[in-house]
This record gives sequence, C-alpha cells and structure tokens, in this order.
Amino acid sequence: MKPIPYPALVVALAVLLGILTFASMLIGPAAAGTFELLDMMRSGESDTAWMIMREVRLPRTLLAVTVGMSLGLSGATLQGFLRNPLVDPGVIGITSAASLGAVLALYTGISLLFPLALPLMGIVGAVACVLLLQGLAGRGSVLTLVLAGVAVSSLSAALMSLALNLSPNPYAAAEIMFWLLGSVTDRSMDHVALAVPLMALGWAMLAASARSLDALSLGEEAAASLGVDLKRTRALVVTGTAISVGAGTAVIGGIGFIGLVVPHLLRPLVGHTPSRLLLASALGGGILLVAADILIRLLSSGVELKLGVLTAIIGAPFFLWLILKARTEFES
Amino acid sequence: MKLEAANISVTLGGKLIVDRASLSISAGEVVGLIGPNGAGKSTLLRAILGLVERTGGEVKLDEADFFARSGSERARAVAFLPQDRRVEWRLPAGDVVMLGRYPHQSGFGGPSPEDRAAVDRALAAVDAATLSDRPVAVLSGGERTRVLLARALAVEAPLLLVDEPIAALDPYHQLHVMEILRERASAGGGVLAVIHDLALASRFMDRLILMDDGRIVAEGSPSEVLTPGRLAQVYRIDAASGVQDSQQWLLPWSRRR
Repeated sequence: MKPIPYPALVVALAVLLGILTFASMLIGPAAAGTFELLDMMRSGESDTAWMIMREVRLPRTLLAVTVGMSLGLSGATLQGFLRNPLVDPGVIGITSAASLGAVLALYTGISLLFPLALPLMGIVGAVACVLLLQGLAGRGSVLTLVLAGVAVSSLSAALMSLALNLSPNPYAAAEIMFWLLGSVTDRSMDHVALAVPLMALGWAMLAASARSLDALSLGEEAAASLGVDLKRTRALVVTGTAISVGAGTAVIGGIGFIGLVVPHLLRPLVGHTPSRLLLASALGGGILLVAADILIRLLSSGVELKLGVLTAIIGAPFFLWLILKARTEFES
Repeated sequence: MKLEAANISVTLGGKLIVDRASLSISAGEVVGLIGPNGAGKSTLLRAILGLVERTGGEVKLDEADFFARSGSERARAVAFLPQDRRVEWRLPAGDVVMLGRYPHQSGFGGPSPEDRAAVDRALAAVDAATLSDRPVAVLSGGERTRVLLARALAVEAPLLLVDEPIAALDPYHQLHVMEILRERASAGGGVLAVIHDLALASRFMDRLILMDDGRIVAEGSPSEVLTPGRLAQVYRIDAASGVQDSQQWLLPWSRRR
C-alpha cells in the first residue's frame, strides 16, 4: 500500500471518527432507535430524547472513543518502542493486570469506599505489571518481555479466577464476571470524568516519546548516540501505557486486540514512521471501538453482546493471521 | 575540535574488557582502531560515547568534560555508526538519513530546509541520492551501509566514530567507504574507525591505535604500528608487503603456529 499524505490521512481519520461519534449518539436499541429519537424530538418529547442522548449515549460514546484511542495509541507506542509489530498492552499483560486490580477492588469492596477507587486499582494493577515486567525482562530481549507478559497475564487470570472462586455471594461473582467481559453500557458521566483526565495524562506521556521512537528504529545504541535518553523514553512509554490503558480498563473492562490490530493496519499508510503512527493509531483505535459498539447495538436483540467479547472474537483470528504471515516471511 | 579519552576502563560481567585505554582524535585526521577479535575496540568506542558504563577514566572534548554536556550536545559533537546495521520497519532510506538530524530538531514542526540540505549533502557524499525513496530493508549490504553512513554524516558533527564500516562489503564498496572517510577528514572532520582490514587500514589511515586484550599496545603511523614483530605478537600472523603507486601495502599472509 502506498502511503497517503500524512495530513490527509489524519483529517480523513478524524472525520470518520467524528461521523461515527455522531452516529453512536443516534443509533440505539429498538425502544430508542434513530427514528424513535427523531420522532420524539418532533413530537414535543425532545426533553426525553436529549436526556437519553446526554445521560446514556454520551458517556457510552465518549468512553468508547477515548478508551479506543488509549488502546490504539499505546499499542502503536509499544510496537515502536519494542520494535516489534506483535506487541500490544494485552500481549505484554498490562490489560489483564489492570483488570486484576479492578477485580480486586470489586472483590474486596474497596470500589465502594470512594469513587476513584476502581480506576485507581486498575492503574495500580497496570503499574505493578509494568514494574514486574521491568524486573523480569528489563534488560532482556523483546522475546523475554513478551514471555514475561504471558506469565503476568496467566497469573492475573489465575488470581481473577481465585477472586471469583472465593467471592462471598453470586451477585459479587456476577458483577465481576460482567465487568470482565468489557462493556461501555450503563456508564455515566462520572465514569468519564474519572477516566478521561487520567487517560489524557497517559496520552501526553506517550506522545512525548514519539520522536525517540523514530530514532529507535536504528537500534538502541544508534538512538542513544543521537541523544535519545533511553531511560526517560522507557519510563514515558511504560508509565503512559499503564496510566492510559489502566484507567480505560478500570472503567470499561478488558478490551483486547485494538492495540494490536490498529497500528498494524495503519503502519503502511503512514509510510512506516513510528512517530506518525501514534496520532493515526489513536484516531483509528477510537474509530474501531466506537464502530464495534455501534455494531453491538445493531446486532443485539435480546441479550446485549459485550464489547470485549466482540473485539476478542474479531481480534484473535486477526492475531493468528499476523503470526501466520510473519511465519511465512521468516521461512521465505 | 579534539576528543580525548583518558584511562578508560570497562568491566562487563565481572570481566575487565577495556583496561586504562587512552586515545585522542582531532579534526582533520582519520584514525584506525585495530586489534584482534575481543580486544575491546567496540567496547572502548561505546565507553567513549557513554553507551556502556565506565568503571574508570574520563572523556574530554576540547578540555571540558564530555559528559557534562546534554545528550543532544554530545550527539551534535560526535556522530556514531554502530556495528548493528539493522533498521526496523520499512523506512525509506531518505527518512533513515533524516534521523541523523534528530539532535538538531526540537520535535515541533517538520524538518527545516537546513535539515533537508544536510540530508541531501550526506546522500550525495555516499553516492546514494537515488536510493532515497527505497526502503532500507530491500537494499543490498553495500547500499545499506552507505545509507547508514549517510545517516551518521547527516548529523554533521565535527567528529565521527564508526564501528567496522567496511565489514561485509565487496572491495569496490570497501574502497568507496574508505574514500568517504578520507573526504570527511579533508573537509575538516575527525574520524575514528574500528577496522579489521589491515591492508586498507595501513593505506587510508593517518594514525593507527592497536589494542590487545583490553589495552592499547601501540600507537602511531601505520608503518610504525604494523611492524612484523607486532603482527606476530598481537595478531599471530606474518604479512607480505610491498610498494605500489609509491604507497606501502600490507597483506596478511600466514598464521603463526
């Protein structure tokens, strides 16, 4: 694929994200579908229509967009930093560690103590994962890091199972289960107000690493000789990912594969430059997640499909395809 | 501009790799750092640049502590071409060379006209202007080395440190790279190159520094350093030599047993 001029690509992605965001405000389940909403506005029930949009659709849409952006951006940053197209926050264990933190908050009841507790525990989980990864694979190869991520993921999954196993009553277990599936349904503006500032902080850290990622395409030694501060870059990438993905995961649950798929699809379009991939992947992540959320509303009749389930069902085969493609490239 | 390293020691994994090595490079000269495999040449280069931790010694640029400067200031003074020739992603050669402008850019806005001019000069210097749009991943070994050398030249630092610039190149491109390094010196730059090819080292270098087992064992003009005695002692070889175009040449001939 030929690279598209970068400004044109960014504008196109931004417009698409805008259209989908608008659509997401209008499209909904049968009782309040697009036409019903428009009818309500015409027939003098516009207050109800506005309330549905403001209280139900707006937080849902904003979370889908911002969490999608966090996942796309951190995926692109991690791939650039580790110089490996097969990593994302999920593969190196950050998503499941953040989930574990949130599950522990739900399980122990810390989440009821104060409103910030759930996202904070998610971030604590993500940061703990990052520290563990640094300890296990800090100076090792990318392979070590990915293997350490797999280990952290498995451990988190085991501990989440333990929390389910030991949960005091079926309601607590059900709450954890539903939370784990990942969804933006029934989220309020409070959730948005909690998560978005933290995600924005993470984005700023990730964006600050952009130029260093380009220099890192030459390898760590050449990058350092060009004046890249490797320690600072590592800290920015790792903390930025932990904060943005941790906060997002803490509010809507674990959403897989966005961070893997989006940078991979957009890389040829930005001419393979790591720094240019960041903004494009952030927009692309927002597009993909909000589109998935719209799709869910269109598909669901009775029981609503969960967002995390849909992204995993689409994402996992894509990951498999990536591995197969990488394998044929290695063998040829 | 003069870079001086004094009494540099490096210990890696409990083993002393570089042992109190001192050297200097000045503007206008091409200096060869030679020695058998494992002598500590690359590690010494990295230690001078601060890429590995020194256990002792200091580096001075024009009499002032080199490491008191910021990373970008150091990068603008001394460019480095590491041995690792990998380039990740399918970056076009022009973009790779532009990375040499990293220490000159602030991060806001695209490359300045000055950056573009420096990239063009660097690509022209290595005869690679036509490769600009091609991904480095599909280039041949010779083309890739030239593009990466152009990346180091694009920094336009007064001093250039290169690690094995002619490894795995055919004779034509080896001579080409050596000429590029010489041109750099006649344009007023200083070059320090780790090099294994004694024949080319003896012809193209103003000065040679011979390392063995972490220590610098000899320094001087090629004919002073590459004596039969030293070749026997340090490299365990005998060499043939002669004169061509009124230049002394040297060819490693046989192993000593």
